[in-house]
Amino acid sequence: MNFADAAAITLQVERQFEYVLKAVEERHVKLIRLWFTDVLGQLKSVAISPAELEVAFEEGVHFDGSSIDGFSRIQESDVLAMPDPTTFEMMPWADGGSTGRMFCNIVNHDGTPFAGDPRQVLKSNLDRAQKAGFNFFVAPEMEFFYFADGDPRHAPEPLDSGSFYDLTTNDVASDLRRETLSVLEAMGIPVEYSFHEDSPSQHEIDLRYTDALTMADQIMTFRLVVRELAMERGRFASFMPKPLPGIQGSGMHLHLSLFGPDGNAFHDEDAAYSLSPIAQKFLAGLLHHAREITAVTNQLVNSYKRLVVGYEAPTWVSWAQNNRSALIRVPVTRRDKPSSTRLEFRSPDPACNPYLAFSVILAAGMAGIENDYALPPETTDNLFELTPAAAADLGVAPLPSSLAEALDVMEGSELVRDALGEHIFEWFLRNKRSEWRDYKAHVSQWELERYLPSW
Amino acid sequence: MTETFLLFPDPAPSDLVRSLDLAGYNWTAVGGVEDLSTTEPEEGWTGAIIVADEQPERAWAVAREIRRRDVPIEPLLLMLSGNQLEELDSRDELFDDFLIAPFHPRELEARIKHLLWRAGRGVRPEMIEYGPLSLNLETYQAQISGHSLDLTYMEYELLKFLASHPGKVFTRETLLNRVWGYEYYGGARTVDVHVRRLRAKLGEENSHLIQTLRSVGYKLGSSRW
Repeated sequence: MNFADAAAITLQVERQFEYVLKAVEERHVKLIRLWFTDVLGQLKSVAISPAELEVAFEEGVHFDGSSIDGFSRIQESDVLAMPDPTTFEMMPWADGGSTGRMFCNIVNHDGTPFAGDPRQVLKSNLDRAQKAGFNFFVAPEMEFFYFADGDPRHAPEPLDSGSFYDLTTNDVASDLRRETLSVLEAMGIPVEYSFHEDSPSQHEIDLRYTDALTMADQIMTFRLVVRELAMERGRFASFMPKPLPGIQGSGMHLHLSLFGPDGNAFHDEDAAYSLSPIAQKFLAGLLHHAREITAVTNQLVNSYKRLVVGYEAPTWVSWAQNNRSALIRVPVTRRDKPSSTRLEFRSPDPACNPYLAFSVILAAGMAGIENDYALPPETTDNLFELTPAAAADLGVAPLPSSLAEALDVMEGSELVRDALGEHIFEWFLRNKRSEWRDYKAHVSQWELERYLPSW
Repeated sequence: MTETFLLFPDPAPSDLVRSLDLAGYNWTAVGGVEDLSTTEPEEGWTGAIIVADEQPERAWAVAREIRRRDVPIEPLLLMLSGNQLEELDSRDELFDDFLIAPFHPRELEARIKHLLWRAGRGVRPEMIEYGPLSLNLETYQAQISGHSLDLTYMEYELLKFLASHPGKVFTRETLLNRVWGYEYYGGARTVDVHVRRLRAKLGEENSHLIQTLRSVGYKLGSSRW
């Protein structure tokens, strides 16, 4: 009965609208923030009042996309933000708890998905995987620093290393973290672990797995919550990949799995490391295309200062079960917990656009499954000590060492072009090339100190 | 109180089941006259919905049996296909209203509501309460020990479904079919994710309300009987 099914879908959407409208009324919401994400991964927000909500649901909120990074070429700048009612959550810390937020899908005036909207790009990649029978699940390890302030004119000052803060910082940082965790849980973002990382003032919060679309939304929420709560206490939280030279940078290791109708498609009890043939092909795909997708998973000039030898960041395209220098690790899991068999992808950093990063990662893995890629052997050597000649012997390629190199590799990638769509692919390359040109023309303090005295 | 509709046949058509779930009505499907007494809930049937398009003879038999009981099940809503309309002739006493398939879920809901009203019965229950938990179905507000819970639509729907069948164990697949129904990413695992979020929002002292039954599924609290 297709007619009834279609009608039931419409009805369900109407119920979702009604649910949010009632919640707004009952909870005395004064402001509703409509969120979306630009191509660079910055959160954007349009605020509306409760009185405008019903129309926003029915017709969308019209805005000029030309002010948003990556949203439009000049002639096609008018787009609509359609709030997704299933994402409505209160923002417990903002405006005395009277503000709610929803993520939006951006559409053209004819209702088709807007090609410049990263959330729609991820949805179309997820739809493709779903047609092949797979649901993509992600759990990130979010690393970040708390600093005394965010003034870029001086080096960032960690909260708990300097003598100045010795007396109080432990309290500040742990209060902040406790408060952050409780806000996250209240917003439906369960946390797995939370601990202090190796570097001074560095923290890690691991989020519990969920489907990739929800997780990308959660990462956007997470970055905002962490930064705003720090700011409320007069501190500054940063997701910059390598804010301080000489100590660990901030990564965003991603735990990946595919679930099919029979549960975890990555799990096979009898296979080595419990990795099913599907998992092995996905892993092979991710390795095969790793260099092409790096510009998206590590999109800043600064990202490549984290991906250097000597820290816990990968520099070579390799995999292993137990090798912290590998790009992709296969975490040891309990045999009786098939749902936890997964891959840990270790290059991404928390300054990426999660919608686009998940899109290219999924596309790379799915290419491995669709084209039956063979899995190269595991690399058990410590890659941090690898010379280029030894790497060539092992058949291991280096990750791009700069944004410029990553963009060159990306430009030749049909896979990335296809996963991101023409619009975002071209805009991203253009924007990032210009970022690289600015950086290249810059003369750094390091150069002055190194060269000025002798030359 | 719990309201339960009797559905024929078993399994009942999935679009009918989804529409009833969405509208917040409980139901039990029966396969024929022989099951009528064994499946009857203690507080009796709220009404019956008989789908006659696949097995018309058995369907009429069930309708007749329902009317013949000491306490007939009322109201009785009949669903049939457009080319069966002449079967209605001379059978007026066997049904209170009818609906042509394929039906619109809104029409189904409106007819049920009207039939219940005519039978002098209230409409859907306005509150579901279990222990410290209460759900107001009119305002969509959930409270735990008097505190409002801020739930997303799906979290609310899942909690409502579990709380209206206390003590009953549901598999992930059943929850997915009856609570989600359409358009979501994540398959059966999405149920685990939502249960975890619900528990986080219920808070530590009440998170045990939703219990995991290893390799089976989930239930909320225990049965009242």
